[in-house]
Amino acid sequence: MTSRTNPKPYYIVRPPGRWGFPDFRELWQYRELIYFFTWRDLKVRYKQTLLGVLWAWLQPFITMVVFSIFFGRLAKMPSEGLPYPIFAYAGLLPWEFFSKSFNKAGRSLVMNRPMLTKVYFPRLVIPLSVVLSSLVDFLLAFVVLAGLMVWYGIAPTPRVWTLPLFLLLAAAVSLGGSLWAAALNVLYRDVGYVLPYLVQVLLFVTPVVYPTSLVPEQWRLIYSLNPMAGVVQGFRWALLGVGPGPDLGMAISVTVTLLVLLGGLVFFQGMERYFADRV
Amino acid sequence: MALAVRVANLSKQYRIGEARGKVEYRTLRDSLGRLFRRPRSATIWALRDVSFEIPQGQVVGIIGHNGAGKSTLLKILSRVTRPTEGYAELYGRVGSLLEVGTGFHPELTGRENIYLNGAILGMTKAEIDRKFDEIVAFAEVEKFIDTPVKFYSSGMYLRLAFAVAAHLEPEILLVDEVLAVGDAAFQRKCLGKMGDVAREGRTVLFVSHNMSAILHLTQRTLVLQKGRVVFDGPTPDAVDFYLASGFRRAGERRWDQEEDPTWDPAGPFRPIALRVRDAQGRVTDTVRADEAFTVEWEYALEKPLRGLRVGIYLLTTRGEYVFTSFDVDDVDMYRRWEERPPGRYLSRVHVPGHWLNEGRYILSVNASIFGVRTFFHEENALSFRVDPTGVVGAQWPERRLGVLRPLLRWEILRNA
Repeated sequence: MTSRTNPKPYYIVRPPGRWGFPDFRELWQYRELIYFFTWRDLKVRYKQTLLGVLWAWLQPFITMVVFSIFFGRLAKMPSEGLPYPIFAYAGLLPWEFFSKSFNKAGRSLVMNRPMLTKVYFPRLVIPLSVVLSSLVDFLLAFVVLAGLMVWYGIAPTPRVWTLPLFLLLAAAVSLGGSLWAAALNVLYRDVGYVLPYLVQVLLFVTPVVYPTSLVPEQWRLIYSLNPMAGVVQGFRWALLGVGPGPDLGMAISVTVTLLVLLGGLVFFQGMERYFADRV
Repeated sequence: MALAVRVANLSKQYRIGEARGKVEYRTLRDSLGRLFRRPRSATIWALRDVSFEIPQGQVVGIIGHNGAGKSTLLKILSRVTRPTEGYAELYGRVGSLLEVGTGFHPELTGRENIYLNGAILGMTKAEIDRKFDEIVAFAEVEKFIDTPVKFYSSGMYLRLAFAVAAHLEPEILLVDEVLAVGDAAFQRKCLGKMGDVAREGRTVLFVSHNMSAILHLTQRTLVLQKGRVVFDGPTPDAVDFYLASGFRRAGERRWDQEEDPTWDPAGPFRPIALRVRDAQGRVTDTVRADEAFTVEWEYALEKPLRGLRVGIYLLTTRGEYVFTSFDVDDVDMYRRWEERPPGRYLSRVHVPGHWLNEGRYILSVNASIFGVRTFFHEENALSFRVDPTGVVGAQWPERRLGVLRPLLRWEILRNA
């Protein structure tokens, strides 16, 4: 009857169906919103600060200096024959990218509660844009690493072209972990309290301040279950040419990352139906 | 005629607590506890079997009491939340003004917020670029456009927020009660804008408590009660249905928790009933114009309250205020009841006869501590009719202009 004059509805609202992957085509339609949220995040982060964007450089730099003094100088931590500052900074960069994304994106849905209960857009936009804004910080901080390498006269390895792949891996870990945390945090606020501790514990089992060679051989594979271990190793391997390259451990890290990300996407999509009512 | 919206058997179930926003989230411990004890799950249908169709270009009002399901309906139509059963089809781009200023960030400037908010509402950057000047002019914030909105006055903030939303050009517009905010001049401007939207042939769903706005803007209105559509028809009839005895005992409004989940049952103030009594003390929907009548509000205080004032607003059906009156307006009363101990109360006000014109009137109620907290507020809590019997000037069968029809003392002086 009316179907003749109304060939196709613009959209149909139905009860939630079965679990599946998010609608990526729709996400693409909302790409401008992803851009605006990312931009807001960056803008707000450095508004009303004296140093502004300088913080993106200062934060990892100061951490690196502290690590160099305590772990490099005092604890005499081995650093694969590299100057400790470079060694630490190359590990810190991807780590900070992950820890910032995970901490903030994990809480992002709850932080944006008013929007969730008032306006429709694919909810994936929120954690995704937080990860992207941390990525911008990462890229800024990367400039310092380049400077440090020049300072210490260390040339990048010929396999530096693989670096973007490890960056992609870091982004996948960050987003995957964030999707789980963000969705769970809507239902259980405990998650918000647990996140900082989880990140802290993960730092200990990730080769940021120490080289992987410090981990006993028989524990290496279990160690690789931490996807960030693969990311940090990969970074040093691609950029500085130290530590294990792509091996079984790396394969395990990549597999875990994919599982976390794909599982996260499905879980997030499945829980989306509860967000507006529960957040 | 082409359809804009089709809603079929739409239902939404909430667990008790969710709808009221009391149990906002669970902790892991609660859930672990639940694994072992099966809880009696209390649920409430915020919407039940709602079906209707709206042709393109129609402006439809939605009215109903707090908790009747109006906002839930709009939330489902705008995809913020999903229905439990049934479906809704929307034929066209949907814009919603469920709350203006969603996503405004205080640290960002007016300019930045326009872009951000526009994007959240579904505008593209090119669209915002095109309408930017118009939005700024509508909001009247030209001078402060590069100032962070945290420095805006609340009026400016609101104007800017509404301006962005109003310039979204959806085919279907969902509006929820935005007009309840802002000063009178701005409200008129908003109403004007809504009227423009309607005249441009776009479809509008408009939720409001403001009967005058509903009457002014819409041709058709749905009345919701406890999640169901109890009336669907021409707006004047719907408003009559809603205001008259359609779904309550004549002359009395009783509050029970189930019906109205918006107030805090744990709060210190608990409304019980609002009644209109005629000169003989009978609870009635109709009072005589020539006789005094009383309005009484029964309530209970769970805790002692200092500075509480309990009062009524009297309005015409067109939404104009006739007066506002509180039980401690009188200074002696104010001193006598500065602190009210817990207990059951009745605040009763005497309205003189030979005073109101004939017609229907609306009572809204409010219980608050000035500048501190509003415990309870309900628009259109009860309505009643003033019967023309014995009305002033009845010797001439004419319609008298004015809200009041007082019997005033005149003097006639001859050869003065």
